Amino acid sequence: MISREEVEHVARLARLHLDEEALERMGSELSQIIDYVQQIGELDLAGVEPTMHAVALTNVFREDEIWKGLTQDEALSNAPNVEAGHFAVPRMG
Amino acid sequence: MSHDVYELSGIRCRGLLESGQASATELVQVYLDRMRGVDKQVGAYLLSNEEAALQQAAEIDAKPPEERRPWEGVPIAVKDIMATKGVETTCASRILSGYRPPYDATAIRKLKEAGLIILGKLNMDEFAMGSSTENSAYQPTRNPWDLERVPGGSSGGSAAAVAAAETPWALGTDTGGSIRQPASLCGVVGLKPTYGAVSRYGLIAFASSLDQIGPLTRTVSDAAALLGIVEGRDPLDSTSTGLREPIRLPTERDLAGRRFGVIKEFLGEAIDSGVREVFNDACKTIEALGGVVEEVSLPSVERGIAAYYIIAPAEASSNLARFDGVRYGYRSGEGEDLLSMYTHTRSEGFGPEVKRRIMIGTYVLSAGYYEAYYGQAQRTRTLIVQDFNRVFADYDYLISPTSPSVAFKLGERTADPLAMYLSDLCTIPVNLAGLPAISLPAGFSQGLPVGLHLISPHFGEQALLDAAHALEQKFLLEARPNLTEVTE
Repeated sequence: MISREEVEHVARLARLHLDEEALERMGSELSQIIDYVQQIGELDLAGVEPTMHAVALTNVFREDEIWKGLTQDEALSNAPNVEAGHFAVPRMG
Repeated sequence: MSHDVYELSGIRCRGLLESGQASATELVQVYLDRMRGVDKQVGAYLLSNEEAALQQAAEIDAKPPEERRPWEGVPIAVKDIMATKGVETTCASRILSGYRPPYDATAIRKLKEAGLIILGKLNMDEFAMGSSTENSAYQPTRNPWDLERVPGGSSGGSAAAVAAAETPWALGTDTGGSIRQPASLCGVVGLKPTYGAVSRYGLIAFASSLDQIGPLTRTVSDAAALLGIVEGRDPLDSTSTGLREPIRLPTERDLAGRRFGVIKEFLGEAIDSGVREVFNDACKTIEALGGVVEEVSLPSVERGIAAYYIIAPAEASSNLARFDGVRYGYRSGEGEDLLSMYTHTRSEGFGPEVKRRIMIGTYVLSAGYYEAYYGQAQRTRTLIVQDFNRVFADYDYLISPTSPSVAFKLGERTADPLAMYLSDLCTIPVNLAGLPAISLPAGFSQGLPVGLHLISPHFGEQALLDAAHALEQKFLLEARPNLTEVTE
């Protein structure tokens, strides 16, 4: 069972705000899902290498060539708030 | 216009264009009309690209035929998860509402370079998280075979659009079954290529080590042709490899001497009796075509769902950290400082399932839990890869039903997220091992389509398509969804 404090802590890490009702529901759903995936801890996997990618590749090289990227205008074109060619955000807390 | 004028494969469209029997404008118009006639019921499209599509078609029609590229003028539609330059791309999420990518995904670029015409963007579960397309922030998509039922997911819009003949073919993506399961539920062909066969550049990332773009089509030959168009190594995705050989259109008619392993662990109690019946008949068809069918055991795949629901949310929680209201998409008006703006934006912008996955992922990656969950899941993934390698030494293909059940009713499974996760048991291990697999319509149960799932070793796409083609010629399923066009 995941405690309410843990759910709040994880939500904070994930930059999510959950209201009272959502906290309650998320707590019980997370507990149920984590209980299920916990079966994986029962396996003895000492000595088994982890797989990060199923098709193993090493040292993928390419020529260090310059190509045309986005222009400043293109890069800013979807920003909710732009000021003097920059992404504008609220002040730091 | 005859009733089935829109029931064309991509290859047939190309033939009509080449022979001069249809112009690109006529083909585009056929599908725009069909969209207008049925999409209010089906809800497959999030966006119709009507104006640009007609303009492109007119330009193609003005060219002398000898200057046209082979696929030029053939219509297609794409899942709304691939960046499409200048065209709204939302991933069916509120957080990307209004986002117009300033660049094309590589798969989209390849479609455009081949001259295909993009009809529109297709609905999906938000950020591809789901198995029913009910998690779209904008609209549900309904199954063309029964409008009370889901099309599957997350590429539900792609599967439904092909099944309802609102496009000749479509692209989708598959992270844990998101091409194959909706293909199965909608009675179309769905191919998930080997991890890396198609570039992920410009594909909005869900779980980067699992995501793969692939075709949803009316025929196996179309799946081969569309894969041929989009595959290839891409310097912009260093995990991409392309295929080892160019893909040929399949011509096989029999399966003489081919060895098929039936995965025992995928045929447990979870499989509905009607699905089991279609599957057993498919095994008999394989034998009738000269194939050998034997039961095999891959004990590790039973842990596949647990490993997946650690790895995929972990990667998702990291990938979705980029949605913060600064560079693109939605920004909340609430929040007096930066941190609070991030939190409000994400809380208002993401739907419940996406939040759930971000929470799971953040939890399993958080201090003290990393090794117990993520580390163990990655080691389990190794066991699954080893199990597949072991059986592929003796078998050419592994087979199972694609989905344990036929299409379920809207709302039936939304209350229980874990139950929804468990329905992906046959498809998930394939993504964990990076293998290619196809879902092929094999029959019906309760009047709803049932898919046969075939899996090959890495880069075995040609053999996979050859076998699927031989089976398709034998199954010869003629039934089509019965939709009534609505005119206003």
